[in-house]
Amino acid sequence: MVLDCKHVWREISNYIDGVLDPSVRASMEEHLAHCRHCAAVLDSTHNILYLIADERTFTLPAGFSERLHARLESELEKSEPASR
Amino acid sequence: MNSNETQSSSTTTDPQPLTEAEMISRIIAGERELFYDLIKPCERAVFLTAFSVLKSEADAEEVVQEAALKAYKALGSFRGEAKFSTWLVKITLNEARMRLRRSRVESEVSLEDFVGDGDSDYTPAVLTDWREIPSEALERKELRALLRRGLDELPEKYREVLISRDVRELNIEETAQLLGISIGMVKTRLFRARLMMQKIVAPELRAQGKRYTRG
Repeated sequence: MVLDCKHVWREISNYIDGVLDPSVRASMEEHLAHCRHCAAVLDSTHNILYLIADERTFTLPAGFSERLHARLESELEKSEPASR
Repeated sequence: MNSNETQSSSTTTDPQPLTEAEMISRIIAGERELFYDLIKPCERAVFLTAFSVLKSEADAEEVVQEAALKAYKALGSFRGEAKFSTWLVKITLNEARMRLRRSRVESEVSLEDFVGDGDSDYTPAVLTDWREIPSEALERKELRALLRRGLDELPEKYREVLISRDVRELNIEETAQLLGISIGMVKTRLFRARLMMQKIVAPELRAQGKRYTRG
C-alpha cells in the first residue's frame, strides 16, 4: 500500500498510540523513511505530546490544596455525608 | 493513570494504609477529616479536568471545590463500582460543563460550535526537520506558557480529549468513558486535537528551539 502525505497525517495519531493495522504501519514507516516533511510532523507532534505529559507543564496553582482544604473545612462542619 | 492518582492512603493516626472502601466507610461514620486524605491523590486529575473545560485556573479551582463538596454530600451513594477518583473526576466534569453553559450568553455562539467531528482533512504545520526539545527545557516558564497557550486555543471538545489522553494519560477507553463518547470519536477528536496542537505550537517551538536544545 502506498500512502500519500495526507493519509500519513491522518494516521499519525493512531501511529503514536500504536493502534494501527500492521500493514498500514509498515506503509507509514516506509513513507516516513523517505519523506522528511512527514517525519518532522511526526517528530514534532510526538515531542509536543511528550512535553505536555510532563507534570511541570501543568502544576496546581500555588496554594490550591490549602484553599481546597480550608473551603472543605468550613463547609463540612455544616453538613454530613448521606449515609448508606 | 498517573502515580499520584492512586486510590489508597494513610492517616497520621493509623499506621496501616486504609483501603479506599475503608476510608469511605469511616468518613460516612463521622471521621470527616479522612475526606482530605481521600481527595488529596485526585487533586491534579480533578483540576486538569475542570481546566480542560473552563480554560481558567480560577474557575477550575472553584469548580473543584464545589465538586469536592458535592462528592462529600453524596458519598453514601458511592457504590465503589468505579474508583473514587473516577467518580470525583466525573462529578467535576459535569460541574465544569454546567458552569460553562451558564456562563455562555445564549446569543454568543462560539466558533468552535461549528467545528464538526467529520472526516475533513486537517493540515499540520509542515516542517522540513525537527530538533527535539528535551523535557529539561520545561524549567523555562515561556515554554510552559507556550504549551498552555496551544491548549487554550483548541476548541473545548478537542482540549478535553487531549488533556484526558495526553496530559492525564488515561487510555482511549477511559477517555471515552469519562467524556461519554465512543472510542471511535475519541480517536477522531484526538487526531484533530494533536494535529491542531502541532500546528499551533510547533512553528514557535521550532523558532525558539535553539534556546531549548543543548548545544
